[in-house]
Amino acid sequence: MELTFTAADELFRQEIAQWLNENLRDEFAEVRHRGGPGDEHRFVDERKAWERRLAEGRWTCIGWPEAWGGRGASIEQQVIYHEEYARAGGPGRMGHIGDTLTGPTLLAFGSEDQKARYLPDIRSGQAFWSQGYSEPGAGSDLAAIRTRADFDDGSRQWKITGQKVWTSLAHESDFVFVLARVDRDSVGHRGLGFFLVALDQPGVTIRPINQLTGTAEFNEVYFDEAVCAADDIVGAPGDGWKVAMGLLGFERGVSTLGQQMLFQTELDEIIRLAKLNGASRDPEIRQRIAEAHIGLRTMRYNSMRTLSGGEDGSLSREAMIYKLYWSSWHRNLGKLAMDVLGPDAELLEEGPYELTKLQSLFLFTRADTIYGGTNQIQRNLIAERALGMPKEPRGQAK
Amino acid sequence: MLKDTSQSFLAAKSDSMAVRAACRSPQHFDAALWRSVCNDMYWQGVLVPEVHEGLALGWVEMAIIMEAAGERLLTSPLFAVTQSTALLNVCLQSAVRDRCLADIASGHVVSLALTNAVGSWHTSGVSVSDSGDGLTLSGEARFVPFGFAASTLLVVAANEDQSTSIWVVQSDAVGVSVQHTPTLDQTRPMSEVRLEAVAVSEAQRLSSDAGPLIKQVVALSRILIVADQVGVAQASLDLSVEYTKERSQFNRSIASFQAIKHKAADMMVKVEAARSLLYFAACTADAWFAQEATDAALQEAAYMASACASDAAFFNAGSGIQMHGGVGITEEYDIQLYFKRARSTESYLGRPPEMREAIACQLLDGGEAWS
Repeated sequence: MELTFTAADELFRQEIAQWLNENLRDEFAEVRHRGGPGDEHRFVDERKAWERRLAEGRWTCIGWPEAWGGRGASIEQQVIYHEEYARAGGPGRMGHIGDTLTGPTLLAFGSEDQKARYLPDIRSGQAFWSQGYSEPGAGSDLAAIRTRADFDDGSRQWKITGQKVWTSLAHESDFVFVLARVDRDSVGHRGLGFFLVALDQPGVTIRPINQLTGTAEFNEVYFDEAVCAADDIVGAPGDGWKVAMGLLGFERGVSTLGQQMLFQTELDEIIRLAKLNGASRDPEIRQRIAEAHIGLRTMRYNSMRTLSGGEDGSLSREAMIYKLYWSSWHRNLGKLAMDVLGPDAELLEEGPYELTKLQSLFLFTRADTIYGGTNQIQRNLIAERALGMPKEPRGQAK
Repeated sequence: MLKDTSQSFLAAKSDSMAVRAACRSPQHFDAALWRSVCNDMYWQGVLVPEVHEGLALGWVEMAIIMEAAGERLLTSPLFAVTQSTALLNVCLQSAVRDRCLADIASGHVVSLALTNAVGSWHTSGVSVSDSGDGLTLSGEARFVPFGFAASTLLVVAANEDQSTSIWVVQSDAVGVSVQHTPTLDQTRPMSEVRLEAVAVSEAQRLSSDAGPLIKQVVALSRILIVADQVGVAQASLDLSVEYTKERSQFNRSIASFQAIKHKAADMMVKVEAARSLLYFAACTADAWFAQEATDAALQEAAYMASACASDAAFFNAGSGIQMHGGVGITEEYDIQLYFKRARSTESYLGRPPEMREAIACQLLDGGEAWS
């Protein structure tokens, strides 16, 4: 069940590994292993500079076609890229949203003009993007969004009014894509538009959300007649839902093996501490460490099954369980870390509220089972899509 | 392909009625079905080398078949002969070994008498002694799969110096008694084997120092059991989802309630996770036979898969009873049969906590575990 890599793939692996080895040093040494989940607010300028260094090596947007500056990388090559990036300790990608969400969305649904205006700056590490899907009243029920977009015939611009929430790093970004209602009387999936909006303008206010970790990676973004050009809507007015959801089915999990390498680093650290402080002799801790190890290996073989599966883009059964599986596993790992540490788990790195890496892991992994579709929503999706169980009758709209 | 043909063969030949009839029969299985398995499907020969008229396929193929067998509660000596084949394949070549493999390929049941009175494989309940006028075996083995149907037994015995040997003994030899043991799960019948000064010759000895070999055979046996458990976990999920779609309460199909859907989703997570580890373990077994994987890698793959699949099968069958509501505890519905098979396979070669402790030894003590 091992993925088979061709000789050309192995050359590709050597190339990226060598490039990272030569570039992720000197002024970038301090960003190694930084900026991941729970640490995304750190070293922002350095990580933006790193994006430009990546771009110089043509190591951004590798899955894009060559015509737009990508490498047209195969699934196998993208897996290798993520693996080597994680192995080298590459920092959390500031360009992640542009590379993996805005870009593919424009490539699939955007006009030639939109591609020409937005793709080059994403690829070169000049423009950073954030996503505007969730709203205070539209979390799991994303189609309940109320942000409006009205076309102003006088100025020939769209005017956007409403509130988005959980937009990671909006205050460090240049653009946001916004799902908004173009038809005021519409409900649900219909009547939406997908807009490309500059953040640096008078109609946009960004407020950080302080988290339980004492840090603030997420924001609330308020739009008060914020503007974008007439041709900054992707697809037709009313097609917003299709555009927003269109690519989800093609997520083949290329980054999962890289993610698992970070998980392995965390588990290794917990094992090291358990041996050091004697927790490794506690029978209950031993069971849980073994369970964590088995779970991580399960994820690996599960990803292999997914990646070696069909090319039709439909999600296989093992792909459908992945989010629920890894998020639950990671959350349990956070608790395991605390239990291995024992009384020391309470002691901060330093005051007033500087957390250790494992404390941050413990607290931040509570978010894993919520964002990107809560565990409850994941279970609904599995039951409905994989097992064919009927949808729960919906409540009446108020 | 293999999956489809296996499933459709068993759907026709090992449906609920057939399984129940086999369990009730005085022979404890359906000999005609076993002949059909051997003649029409040739599953007994999947792992047998070609020189002994086998198919010499791999462990992935065997796992696919065993998974289908678990899904249909196959009540036949397939596990017993495959376990014996695994053992014979790791023994050094000898005339007696070759004869056993050929017997298996031709449809004879050969069972492994591995576990002692308390179900452990660490010390044998049978001992070898040299009375002066020849070697004899005495003692007992329990939990021997399909021993009552076996023409030949592979008997693990303790030598006088406490090392371990393995002997080929005919079931009808003088001093051998094999008795069916009534069990909670009637789809996997077992036997007690008693040996009273059974005379054996050197020519019947498969292995004289079998300790390390048994360790690998236990790992390989676990992989076969894991495949069965994945089948049990899958069938428990499928049967239960099907039932909840049909059952209506509060004017709704109960499958539309999130309390039910979320339980079903958790069951699917369990079975897919176990399936991922099963096929990794089967690939590792193939690699091990090709000398491309270490003993430790084979052990670890089996520990992991067994821990996961035992939990998955029991969780899914138990949750399945709950999803069936009242009818789940009746004799009429099949979910109870899966529940019993999940339990019997769970404890057969070590429970999940033992598998995890073995992994913990490797991770935390730097030592090699032996469970």
